[in-house]
Amino acid sequence: MKRVCVAGAGAIGSLFAAHLARVAEVSVLTRRAEHAQALERDGLRVSGRGDFTSCVTAADDPAALPDPDLVILACKGTDLDRLAARLAGHFGRATVMTVQNGLGAEEIVRAHGAWPLLSAVTFMSGTRHSDTHVEYVLDTATWVGPNRGTTGDDAREVAALIESSGLRAVGFDDLRPAQWSKLIFNATVNGVAALTGLPHDFHFAETEHDGDLGLLVRDLVEEGKSTAAATGVELAEDPWEMNVLATGRGNRHFPSMLEDVEAHRPTEVELINGSLVRAARRAGVAVPLHTALYRLVRAKEASYTP
Amino acid sequence: MRICVVGCGAVGSLFAANLSLLDDVEVIAYDLFLAHVEAINAHGLRLSGAGEVVGHPHATADASEIGPCDFGIVATKAMHTEAAIAATAGSFAQGSVATVQNGLGNEEVLAGHVGRVIRGTTFPAGKLLEPGHVQWDVKGDTTLGPFEPSPAPLDAVERLADACTRAGLPTSAVADARGPQWRKVIFNAATNPIGALTGLTHGRVCERPDLRTLVSGLVDEGKAVAAAQGIELDSDPEALIDHAAKPEVAYDHKASMLQDIEARRTTEIDFLNGGIVRFGREHGVPTPLNEAIWALVKGVEQSWQQ
Repeated sequence: MKRVCVAGAGAIGSLFAAHLARVAEVSVLTRRAEHAQALERDGLRVSGRGDFTSCVTAADDPAALPDPDLVILACKGTDLDRLAARLAGHFGRATVMTVQNGLGAEEIVRAHGAWPLLSAVTFMSGTRHSDTHVEYVLDTATWVGPNRGTTGDDAREVAALIESSGLRAVGFDDLRPAQWSKLIFNATVNGVAALTGLPHDFHFAETEHDGDLGLLVRDLVEEGKSTAAATGVELAEDPWEMNVLATGRGNRHFPSMLEDVEAHRPTEVELINGSLVRAARRAGVAVPLHTALYRLVRAKEASYTP
Repeated sequence: MRICVVGCGAVGSLFAANLSLLDDVEVIAYDLFLAHVEAINAHGLRLSGAGEVVGHPHATADASEIGPCDFGIVATKAMHTEAAIAATAGSFAQGSVATVQNGLGNEEVLAGHVGRVIRGTTFPAGKLLEPGHVQWDVKGDTTLGPFEPSPAPLDAVERLADACTRAGLPTSAVADARGPQWRKVIFNAATNPIGALTGLTHGRVCERPDLRTLVSGLVDEGKAVAAAQGIELDSDPEALIDHAAKPEVAYDHKASMLQDIEARRTTEIDFLNGGIVRFGREHGVPTPLNEAIWALVKGVEQSWQQ
């Protein structure tokens, strides 16, 4: 794989693009023309866990970009349908990889083209300081697995490419155990954070007293585990342990859904909480708490407009 | 008859001002808000809106000034009951103490300090406009009855109800006042926190079918806990909820808990949903949705300490 196109240059897309540009020819598909011009002029700078600037090709029109071997769709779930629609009819020789939170990103992309698909979930995080500067914050891995027309070997090849660029990645024959672990974790943590205004911190693991938030978090995780089990997915990690680990030693993180509701932006509630609730319904598992969480977050979005 | 209103916020002021108009009643208004106390003593306690009244209770922030009383009417926010009754209990050594507060568990707290307790539920509402001046928003009925474990004699309950009724606050004395209390608690616990968590008015909560279903789920748990105690609700909270959602009733009403959260004031969640959870546990009735809502609103309160 010599040529990679990163479509969507938010924090995650910028991290992929800047790192991969050290080992491959990278192009970036942006939404805004000024963003593409700035990238071509100034390159893409990484700070934090890295300190370098990469040269990339960039455009706001896929027709203006070289034909890639791999496309990484790195936008938010709420923008995926629009982004995939822009790629329709382009990049016919490429494999397309989704990295969105939740479930169902692949189905959205399938509707817009016949590309072979890879599924990925990413645990890395970054802060976007400008169009051309991203800070690399959490160096946790991206997990890649096969989807339509791909195999575990394809997933491992892409994971190896990502690893060689200085990011962390693992390829799997079946992504679902990892994807579902993250889905349950994300649905729970993002939903609770968006409704309470709390960052993901020690409150999420408190279970000592009646009414403690950790008790709710644990019950939500249990509903998710029942759904995974009924769907035939064996989880890669216990989401409750992920929660305890992530909030230990005074760590706190502002989940994207909390930032979205505070900024009155649409959230990823459909791909994350909605997909979990729908999967539970298909599997015949009652998830009253996740259903409540999903409805409350959607209602909170509705409150943006008077 | 000497009556001390303990906690002279909006609801306490409605009782204090109206009762002070009666020739045979002497009213003492106990409150810790000094500007309010001084304004009442200087210019009287003024109500405007649903009724225009200027009463002249004797106001004090010093519990030792209250003296022996025939009745106490406790109207503090539920989280201040313990401190308020601990300070004033001496004045009720020979008297009876009624609560007209929101939520569950206030009677139990009063009974820890005084021997004769009256369970009460009141619907009149208002807000403090400035020291000495309360806006009277809603007229409504009050129901009083002996608190079974530490009961005031029924004839004492009747004397207090009679005084309130003569003062313009229609009040009935009943042997079992739990029905109206639980009806109001179930109504408040099912609607108040949903408005608070989503930011939606009562009407907008009710017009979202998925959210209205969640409200019914909370109502059903409350009804089950009431039924397990042999409590007969005096009317169906569901009917009240739908009635209040009408444009001409309270469609645009922001729940008091939403107002509390917007002003970052501690809410009464521990005594509403938290109360339903505690009583449910005592009677072996599961209340998972109320427990979830309780934890979420407490999470909101915790987010202010960041």
